Amino acid sequence: MSITKSVDRRDFLKSAAVTGAAALGAGHATAAQEPAQSGAPPQPAAPIAPREVDPTGSVEVLTTDRPGGDFMVDVIKTLNFEFIASNPGSSFRGIHESIINYGGNTSPEFITCCHEESAVAMAHGYFKAEGRPMAVLCHGTVGMQHAAMAIYNAYCDRVPVYILAGNSLDATLRRPGVEWAHSVQDAAAMVRDFIKWDDQPVSLPHFAESAMRAYKIAMTPPMMPVLLVIDGGLQEDPISHEVTSRLRIPRLTVTTPPQGDSGAVAEAARLLVNAQNPVIVADRAARTPAGITHLIALAEALQAPVVNQGGRMNFPSRHPLNQTSNARQLIAGADVILGLELTDFWGTVSAVRDGLTRTSRSVVRPGTKLISITALDLATKGNYQDFQRYPEVDVAMAADAEATLPALVEACKRATTADRRSAFEARGKQLGTAHASALERARAEAAYAWDASPISTARMTMELWAQIKNEDWALVAESGIMSDWTARLWSFDKHYQSLGGSGGAGVGYGAPAAIGAALGNKKRGRLSVTIQGDGDFLYAPGVWWTAAHHRIPLLAVMHNNRAYHQEVMHVQRMASRHNRGITRAHIGTTIDDPNVDFAKIAQGMGVHAQGPITNPNDLGPAIKRALDVVKRGEPSLIDVVTQPR
Amino acid sequence: MRFVVYGLRSSVFGLVLVAAVSAQAPAPSPNAAPAGSAETGKKLFVSYGCYQCHGYEAQGSSATGPRLGPRPIAFAAFSRYVRQPTGQMPPYTTKVVSDADLTNIYAFISSRPAPATNVPLLK
Repeated sequence: MSITKSVDRRDFLKSAAVTGAAALGAGHATAAQEPAQSGAPPQPAAPIAPREVDPTGSVEVLTTDRPGGDFMVDVIKTLNFEFIASNPGSSFRGIHESIINYGGNTSPEFITCCHEESAVAMAHGYFKAEGRPMAVLCHGTVGMQHAAMAIYNAYCDRVPVYILAGNSLDATLRRPGVEWAHSVQDAAAMVRDFIKWDDQPVSLPHFAESAMRAYKIAMTPPMMPVLLVIDGGLQEDPISHEVTSRLRIPRLTVTTPPQGDSGAVAEAARLLVNAQNPVIVADRAARTPAGITHLIALAEALQAPVVNQGGRMNFPSRHPLNQTSNARQLIAGADVILGLELTDFWGTVSAVRDGLTRTSRSVVRPGTKLISITALDLATKGNYQDFQRYPEVDVAMAADAEATLPALVEACKRATTADRRSAFEARGKQLGTAHASALERARAEAAYAWDASPISTARMTMELWAQIKNEDWALVAESGIMSDWTARLWSFDKHYQSLGGSGGAGVGYGAPAAIGAALGNKKRGRLSVTIQGDGDFLYAPGVWWTAAHHRIPLLAVMHNNRAYHQEVMHVQRMASRHNRGITRAHIGTTIDDPNVDFAKIAQGMGVHAQGPITNPNDLGPAIKRALDVVKRGEPSLIDVVTQPR
Repeated sequence: MRFVVYGLRSSVFGLVLVAAVSAQAPAPSPNAAPAGSAETGKKLFVSYGCYQCHGYEAQGSSATGPRLGPRPIAFAAFSRYVRQPTGQMPPYTTKVVSDADLTNIYAFISSRPAPATNVPLLK
């Protein structure tokens, strides 16, 4: 960290300007001349001797061995980021260069993206597969604007993304033109409503503290994206002697997740143990593998049904107490409902009819007790309305569900009498029978349209399952909506096998999130698979180049229904409601004429690809060929023309 | 792995509450079904967008709408529900879908093939 010759950015630029003026003065008329008199021709300037420019005799310093970006990399390395995803930009060229040269392009390794939305969504998917955040670099202006939707998705999905945004704060030092267009007073303003915390450090010691604080805040439930805006000068300027003496990297201690109040836990246990028909509903409950273990322990202690809303892989799909397929009937008959990190508790116990007049009704019996455990109660913001309608619950714990479950399990066990235990056993047997019936029902339903073309989503699901079920697989994303076949027919039992959805329902999440998750799985040799929607594919398809470039193994099977199908249905609903014909709902909602050749697009990005496949009998062999490619460490895509859902 | 299916951009369609058109209903009396053209009905099933929620083969979807064929509920109940649905399904009046068209659509869904049997992938 020795600095043999130090010069700050201002002195460097001042010196450069004077020297430049001198050079120009040698052969050109310049502004440094006296103004010419009206009508008189301009007089050439006399050559200026260097000593007249620089009477002190100092020499312009053109290089530095220790820019601020190097220290930023030292700080970032302590946070143990494996990757930093970015579409390159001049506002962070300083730290970019420090990462790849000073930092050796490891921890973090630079991941080249073609769109900032892809970079953030990759980080989103990566976190859910890996359990630790990925960093993202982007411009504070145009980069943040591109990144915004993906940041919103991560915010709604309670996923930390560690964002560093470049900016040029000192207006007197900006290069003319683009650097002005790429500078902003308050870069975080545009996304502040849907990130958890931001800062714009004014010094390197400030950066070090804020970097630690940002990580700590992002990783405390409810987890959310954070943003540090880093000034270009801070990245590029040499570190001065004065600052060097103040540089240190603070120690990081990640906050323990908040656990539910002991009195509330005891009350919840009392209600659950004494309930005749309790139901446990989980959405983003299992943050880690331990969350699944704790939820199994609670369900088995009570022999209570579990409904998995699927924001995370909360509960094994083949566990006899998994009653997701029977959710509607169970919730309607429940006397106690425990909601664990629910996105929408009100929506879980209510029904809304999307008619000419919107109506809603409760679907639970009067007097049903509702217990909520969610960390979201600790950090709700006002502008964006993802918090859903107000739920009238009986016990509300502002706490992390996974952290609270062990205490709740123990409290339930303590409260369980012999009578209740025998009642639990009888209930468990009934639920086991119901679970088996639901599985058989799903298999029977899947047999309809089995040989149809377009290919049924059930057929596609099971052709895929047949070839991955004996591998260490992970369904890293499912961006096409297709009748819940995977949840109903596949056997999920590991934490990484299902990662939930986008959070904010912003289309374009599926491909980059899958590729980000696959990047996390790569080192573990897991087989990452995704079901890729056609509309989602088209948002920022450059991410497939990123997958090819970085050799990210991923099997992508497309659910290509050639439409923004949800919107087709919305327009048809309006046409029906307005009673004026329904034959034009495809206008503005379908993706045909011409049909998109997704395989050709992927091939153009360097990705092995097949399709379009329309004959269901061709699908199995295509998956087999694709798997061979993925097992060699590369991505492969199969375009499958499918039924709508 | 969601059991509640969220929309691509906007609102939730959710699970359609169309118990009256449930595929679990008993088969109708053969005399209850009016004569119609399955071939014409197939085209109408697409052009009127029935496939959007129920699939091109009327096989249904847990996300959008139930299976309709090959053994639909009685035509009278079917027609009544299409005109005046009580769940999430939008209404289709005679101005939009004539009785004759509905008869053809009914013939189409009645003609759908039985489910595949002994499928190894579904064991």
